Amino acid sequence: MQHIRAHVLVCGGTGCKSAGSKDIQLSFAKNLEAFGLQDEVMVVETGCHGFCENGPLVIIYPEGTFYCKVKVEDVKEIVESHLYKGRIVERLLYREPMSLEQVPSYSEIGFYKKQKRLVLENCGAINPEQIEEYIAVGGYEALAKAVTTMSPQEVIDEVKKSGLRGRGGGGFPTGMKWEFAAKSVSEKKYVICNADEGDPGAFMDRSVLEGDPHRILEGMAICGYAMGADEGYIYVRAEYPLAIKRLRIAIEQAEAMGLLGDNIFDSGFNFKLHIKEGAGAFVCGEETALMASIEGKRGMPRPRPPFPAVSGLWGKPTNINNVETFANVAQIIVNGADWYCQFGTEKSKGTKVFALTGKINNTGLAEVPMGITMREIIYDIGGGITNGKKFKAVQIGGPSGGCLPENMLDLPVDYDSLIAAGAMMGSGGLVVMDEDTCMVDVAKFFLNFTQSESCGKCTPCREGTKRMLEILTRITEGQGVEGDIELLENLAKNIKETALCGLGQTAPNPVLSTLKYFRHEYEAHIKEKRCPAGVCEKLASYTITDACRGCGLCARNCPVQAISGKIKSKHTIDQALCIKCGACMAACPFKAIIKG
Amino acid sequence: MKSLADLQALREKLKADIKLRRNEGTIVIVGMGTCGIAAGAREVMSAILDELAVRKLVDVQVRQTGCIGMCEKEVLVDVIRPNEPRITYGKVKPEDIKKIIAEHVVNGRIVEELVVGKIEQN
Amino acid sequence: MTMVNLTINGKQIQAPQGATILEAARGAGIHIPTLCYHPELRPEGACRLCMVEASGARTLVASCVYPVSEGMVVNTNTNKVREARKTVVELLLANHPKDCLSCQKSGDCELQKIAADLGVRKIRFDGGERKAHTIDCSNPSLVRDQEKCILCGRCIRVCRDVQGMSVYSFARRGFDTIVAPAFESDLKDAVCTYCGQCASVCPTGAIVEKDDTEKVWAAINDPSKVVLVQTAPAVRVALGEELGIPAGSIVTGKMVAALRRLGFDKVFDTNFSADLTIMEEGHEFLHRLQNGGVLPMITSCSPGWVNMIELKYPELLPHLSTAKSPQQMFGAVAKTYYAEQAGIDPANIVCVSVMPCTAKKAEAEREEMCASGYRDVDVVITTRELGRMIREAGLDFAHLPEEAYDSPLGAGTGAAVIFGTTGGVMEAALRTVAEVVLGEELANVDYHDVRGMEQTREAVIKVGEVEVKIAVVHTLASARKMLERIKDGTADYHFIEVMACPGGCIGGGGQPVPVNSEIRRMRREALFECDRASELRKSHENPEIKQLYDTWLGKPLGEKAHSLLHTHYSAQKR
Repeated sequence: MQHIRAHVLVCGGTGCKSAGSKDIQLSFAKNLEAFGLQDEVMVVETGCHGFCENGPLVIIYPEGTFYCKVKVEDVKEIVESHLYKGRIVERLLYREPMSLEQVPSYSEIGFYKKQKRLVLENCGAINPEQIEEYIAVGGYEALAKAVTTMSPQEVIDEVKKSGLRGRGGGGFPTGMKWEFAAKSVSEKKYVICNADEGDPGAFMDRSVLEGDPHRILEGMAICGYAMGADEGYIYVRAEYPLAIKRLRIAIEQAEAMGLLGDNIFDSGFNFKLHIKEGAGAFVCGEETALMASIEGKRGMPRPRPPFPAVSGLWGKPTNINNVETFANVAQIIVNGADWYCQFGTEKSKGTKVFALTGKINNTGLAEVPMGITMREIIYDIGGGITNGKKFKAVQIGGPSGGCLPENMLDLPVDYDSLIAAGAMMGSGGLVVMDEDTCMVDVAKFFLNFTQSESCGKCTPCREGTKRMLEILTRITEGQGVEGDIELLENLAKNIKETALCGLGQTAPNPVLSTLKYFRHEYEAHIKEKRCPAGVCEKLASYTITDACRGCGLCARNCPVQAISGKIKSKHTIDQALCIKCGACMAACPFKAIIKG
Repeated sequence: MKSLADLQALREKLKADIKLRRNEGTIVIVGMGTCGIAAGAREVMSAILDELAVRKLVDVQVRQTGCIGMCEKEVLVDVIRPNEPRITYGKVKPEDIKKIIAEHVVNGRIVEELVVGKIEQN
Repeated sequence: MTMVNLTINGKQIQAPQGATILEAARGAGIHIPTLCYHPELRPEGACRLCMVEASGARTLVASCVYPVSEGMVVNTNTNKVREARKTVVELLLANHPKDCLSCQKSGDCELQKIAADLGVRKIRFDGGERKAHTIDCSNPSLVRDQEKCILCGRCIRVCRDVQGMSVYSFARRGFDTIVAPAFESDLKDAVCTYCGQCASVCPTGAIVEKDDTEKVWAAINDPSKVVLVQTAPAVRVALGEELGIPAGSIVTGKMVAALRRLGFDKVFDTNFSADLTIMEEGHEFLHRLQNGGVLPMITSCSPGWVNMIELKYPELLPHLSTAKSPQQMFGAVAKTYYAEQAGIDPANIVCVSVMPCTAKKAEAEREEMCASGYRDVDVVITTRELGRMIREAGLDFAHLPEEAYDSPLGAGTGAAVIFGTTGGVMEAALRTVAEVVLGEELANVDYHDVRGMEQTREAVIKVGEVEVKIAVVHTLASARKMLERIKDGTADYHFIEVMACPGGCIGGGGQPVPVNSEIRRMRREALFECDRASELRKSHENPEIKQLYDTWLGKPLGEKAHSLLHTHYSAQKR
């Protein structure tokens, strides 16, 4: 056997895979053979690095060279130049969006520099399908430590002391939740991992499951030990086939090594895990609906109390945490709560993974210490707004969250500041919007989502979100009437007060926060029948400026003959006839037609 | 697996496999410019890898670099032990490798007769 | 019981630990409006009408599910609460056909009452999308109009938890959510027994009995027809509720008077044919007992129950008594024996029955129910429909005179009248069987062992030297449990009475609404009162029955009886 001198890490996350990373992996194997390097260079398929925008990603160690948007055609060059001759292929390096500087090494890229990767530490660094790699980086030590040297109460105390709060939305202290479940007396208890990631654009849980599945297994087993449960379920949406596959492999491997199953580490602690595939209803992320779904019933929430810690899955005491929450547990146990507490703020400890999307240069997953400002996330990590546009708002917390304006950019990102500002941490969706965004349209978008994902059980959510959407729709279509804003506010307030579950109670948030910070945009739509951002088609009007040379192209492209004018003189649009299709603007060679 | 100790023992064994990704241990760099390859850098590289394998020196990183402008001294091999100066050996032949590894990489004794440069690391 | 102290609307009260705020408030005489809540069903907290302010809660809470706790301060009548409730009702109404004036449920509709109570005068969300569905009138018993459904889920719960049939469930989601049988099929294709409990708990007009009053009016108005009517035992103790008379009142005489004034030619009593049923079924039981027939024998007079066993346990059909139900026996006798006696062409007889039951409508339409050569029973209306006909005719029910049934199908014993409650058929049968076996008169005819409201009751009755092991079951969920026990051989009974509805026919799906355990108890007490007041309390003592056998029918289980009064069952496939 030869000494392996280089590792080629090919990202096997869902994003990179769909961009062709499997073929790249095969091509590496082929080319390494062609250059006789197959015995000294190892190709490793890893989980997601979070920088999906730039995928497929290839990282070559020991140098840590970070290649972006690699195509199959590039592989031969990488093998020949980098691996055979030791010369970096510069054209495939990452370029910082603002400075356009090339960055050769993974750790130097702005996107990663300000991140603090605790949860994602192994994502992209190890092969998720090999338990050996997880163990090599310290995996399962926390479980061993917990079950062989700590009492269940000591585990709970450590988690409580760490200040870890639920990463799925609400931010409830995890240690307290475990303690409630531990205190419920029952022969049978369950641990559930909520991997029903449903917020549009959020994929941190998927990345952890795909890139570091054993970390979740370990966190759940520790929880099971702490609360006295010997069985657990991972409820994962069926739309995550790769995560499911890797979880299955991970469970098999852990069972084979005795890290799951009976008498773990000879401690007398038994723990077995099942995977339950969900069909992807958003409401099944709500814990009582999720349990109903596991039980084979329609995924509908039920009122609490009783809380799951008292009566959960099949009526037994149950603790449910989200993927990211469980992903924090092993490090807290191994390194201690004091170590963990160095990250974050007084009341929000540790890190949070955000899914950066929208009008931002670096989209992807970013894990940051709590308390970092929104500005740092958007500009330092996210690389600023695309095409040099002006920032307008950031929507944080998924469909239940809120939109924050520019003057809130220096808000520290932690549970309580976000709530106070009218948004929420949620599961960590972060959508950046530029000046071309209509905030009424944004509110409509999110409400449309919650409305169609409502389970239909309680009246306020089922009927109320529908009516809110109808009002928003008529506002964006120029049919808004005086009093609509007040009606929206009143309905929103009542839905928040009366809806059965968190989904309904938070559904009005995008409307309320946009009303709070961008009320003038609503007013412009209703009173002036104008969409300030020019997004709402039915409110848009097209006009021809003096730049018109009278070529007549616009008139010929207009499907309703709304444009008239003599050749070589300025044309005009009859607003009464115009259907606002935009064909004229697209056709004009002189950019003489503007929309506003 | 019955105890924390069992796990840690397994971990020690497995750790080496991924050490490469962690920037730890001794680094050996081979000049793989056209000049180096012409002077036999591939053969030197193979010799290094073979010797490391024989000696099971799993925590040694072998890197490559391009031409550094001392073409007449090729094949160039650098050895960097943690917290020690970077030593550059010139005109290295495959048969020199056993000695460089045995003396320098393993025991920290520089093979003075082959040295062509020394750079202090900060 | 541990009690907790709490304050509701400034009033200090005590409530048992574990009670909900709603229960505590109602106990203290404080009214909180509800829609999805039903006292006999597991609360769901879905409609969000019963919201109240409770100390320690972030938002308003649903009082039907929120438990009381020590020191809790609750307010049920603040501005915030009223506004929230009104919003909920407005939201429901915005998606509801507001055709209340012509709705079958008008007057009995809980949504209508709450909207009025809360003073909803304007629906701010009107004009938006409204759900649109076609009406399911595929079957003889029930009509479903989903546009009137407010998705409270009571029908789902009663069908699943009380009847064990789970015909309904929620389908689709969000605004498109509906209540539907599997595959959104019509009820005729679903595993529905037509018991009508869903209609009985539905707060709106979304599930109602199929209205057959027009058919009755048409028959009455047809001079060529002789229209006979029979009234089931349980109707006489519930009809009053439809007409402003308190629950538990016995209105037999006024009912007879009303039926005559509606234009029926003859007013007969199903009690007559209930006694006839006892004669046939009692002898059938004795025959099986003495000749090694299939035991346990199970009663067959509840058509919802018969549908259930045909749908779900066809392999157990040999256990069912072959005796037709009293309704069907009446029809068969009316169009043969009575037609002969009265000299009427049976083709001109229209046989109407007034039943507490929606499944009876389907029973009358069973193909084989035509032993006389004609449909045994032509039209079945429920207690509710009769109430509507009386109101429509403008009869001053409370002031009608008490009138008697016509002869020769109008006499009934105390044994027959208790058919209307769970345990009644069994008790009636025992009275006759015991005397037939003993050959001497019973000193005491009250079999208290079989009375009660537990869903499954059992007793060992000594009939002479024989110990008869009997069981009485009501609700279809309990019936299923009993059938499972028969299947696994742990039900070593001789005779089992099964009634599909809770409490038996007094709690039938065609009875006045609302119904709850207290109302059922009062109806039941009234039936026992009828029994006690009867001169004759054993079916075989009914003079009209005696005359029927002596002059025309011959012996129980005889040839004529067999062809007219007995039937057969077969598996239903849907």
